[in-house]
Amino acid sequence: MSEPIPAPATGPAAGPAAAPALELLDVTAGYDRRAPVLDGISLTVAAGESVGLLGPSGCGKSTLARVAALLHRPWAGAVRLAGREVRGFRHRAPRELRTSVGVVFQQPRLAADPRLTLADIVAEPLRATGRRAEIPDRLPELAASVGLGGDLLARRPHEVSDGQLQRACLARALVLRPKLLICDEMTAMLDASTTAALVAAVEDHRRAHGTALLAVGHDRVLLRRWCDRVVDFPPA
Amino acid sequence: MTTADPTNDTNPGTGAGAAWRAVGADGRRARTRRGLVPLVLVAATVLAVLVVPPLFPLDQQAVDLAAKLRPPSPEHPFGTDEMGRDLLLRSVYGLRVSLLVGVVAALVATVVGIAVGAAAGALGGTVDRLVMRAVDVFASVPHLLMGIFIVAMFRPGVWPVVASVGLTHWVSTARIVRAEVHSLRGRPYLDAAISGGASRWRVTVRHLLPGVLPQAGLAAVLMVPHAIWHESALSFLGLGIPAHQASLGTMVEAARGTLLAGAWWTTLWPGLFIVVPTLAIAGLAGAWRERINPRRRSELML
Repeated sequence: MSEPIPAPATGPAAGPAAAPALELLDVTAGYDRRAPVLDGISLTVAAGESVGLLGPSGCGKSTLARVAALLHRPWAGAVRLAGREVRGFRHRAPRELRTSVGVVFQQPRLAADPRLTLADIVAEPLRATGRRAEIPDRLPELAASVGLGGDLLARRPHEVSDGQLQRACLARALVLRPKLLICDEMTAMLDASTTAALVAAVEDHRRAHGTALLAVGHDRVLLRRWCDRVVDFPPA
Repeated sequence: MTTADPTNDTNPGTGAGAAWRAVGADGRRARTRRGLVPLVLVAATVLAVLVVPPLFPLDQQAVDLAAKLRPPSPEHPFGTDEMGRDLLLRSVYGLRVSLLVGVVAALVATVVGIAVGAAAGALGGTVDRLVMRAVDVFASVPHLLMGIFIVAMFRPGVWPVVASVGLTHWVSTARIVRAEVHSLRGRPYLDAAISGGASRWRVTVRHLLPGVLPQAGLAAVLMVPHAIWHESALSFLGLGIPAHQASLGTMVEAARGTLLAGAWWTTLWPGLFIVVPTLAIAGLAGAWRERINPRRRSELML
């Protein structure tokens, strides 16, 4: 189940149905002038598939997640989202490509702007993409689906727990209905019941919208139960 | 006020807790006391320059040579200068000009500094390096020299002085803002915003600038005393406010000649009017900085 999967020999045409949600081909990436963190990594997540990426801390799986989310420009290799070759990263990536990937980070404290309320944090992507009008509809529905009830939405990050904040971060990642969701150690800081609730929220969303999932983590038991397929880092 | 109540001392943790609370309360009181004196001084200064001019109009050109160089007395509490003009009233008018120049110039410097620093920090890479090297070049020219150069291009007046101080003092704010933006740039919440489709502009305005504003505001307030000193220095050199208008720097300069003749009051009062309010503003800013970030040791950085 967790055996390394061979890199696809050909391009996206190999799949019978839709193009894979994510394809990393021979990606080499790193920071500054130090040795590369990722060295010739290839990984494929088929459309609608959920893949767990398993590895010890410091092995580069977060870097891989950042590359896949178009947040870090790799030194070499190709990144394809839904069959489309990615040319620019961060702000250089076209907006619709950036927003087609939702990301949840490990530490909700750092991933949420401390000055905004949870409602603003969740609605931020809608505002940023000029879809302000959808906020009254989408916000309550999404808040309910991730289990943010009561007055939590009106609070600021320092007034809620890590688990509640991570729920808001998950809602923010889902609010634009991405084709691919990347959870980078989403539940590493959380207790078992919150973990279960967040995983359930992700799975509900995936069932409703056919979102593909790349879950990065170190918890083999969790990822095996959560994902269709678990890959050990580095994927061969 | 005692915080340790013996009847409450039931569990072993309370003793330590009370000690903690006592430290906290003392610290708070010390901080309040620290900010109190400067606060009163600044409030008195602002009140004086707002209330006195409407109540006691000053004819800037009027001289009374019969009453020249009178020592402090009931009708002239600060004495008179070599033209027989009342020093108290002129000092207050001079302080008004200085405060106006100081505040406006500090605002100009802060706005320019934020714009340059935020642009350098947000764009990063080559743009950042180029802009910051330009800032280094700008900073390597002495402020006063550059200020004199700018003032010399215009007629004497308040606005050239504002421009001169504002355009030479944005460098430190730009550095502070850029450093702060750089430290914020690596935060995952910016990554999340980019992933959520936010443009560069939106990331800068909505996420970076609000994080930087407290520091920039503090830099602006710390800039006010500096700007006041600069205005006084330019006036002292005869390059700032027109000679007939009350200005603290001009007054100190004019008093130099009479000081050797024993007229100590003509230098002392304008000098105190420069030093005390500026130190009070700096002290207030220091107390504020301690509130924003108690871990950073607060010292008067002028």
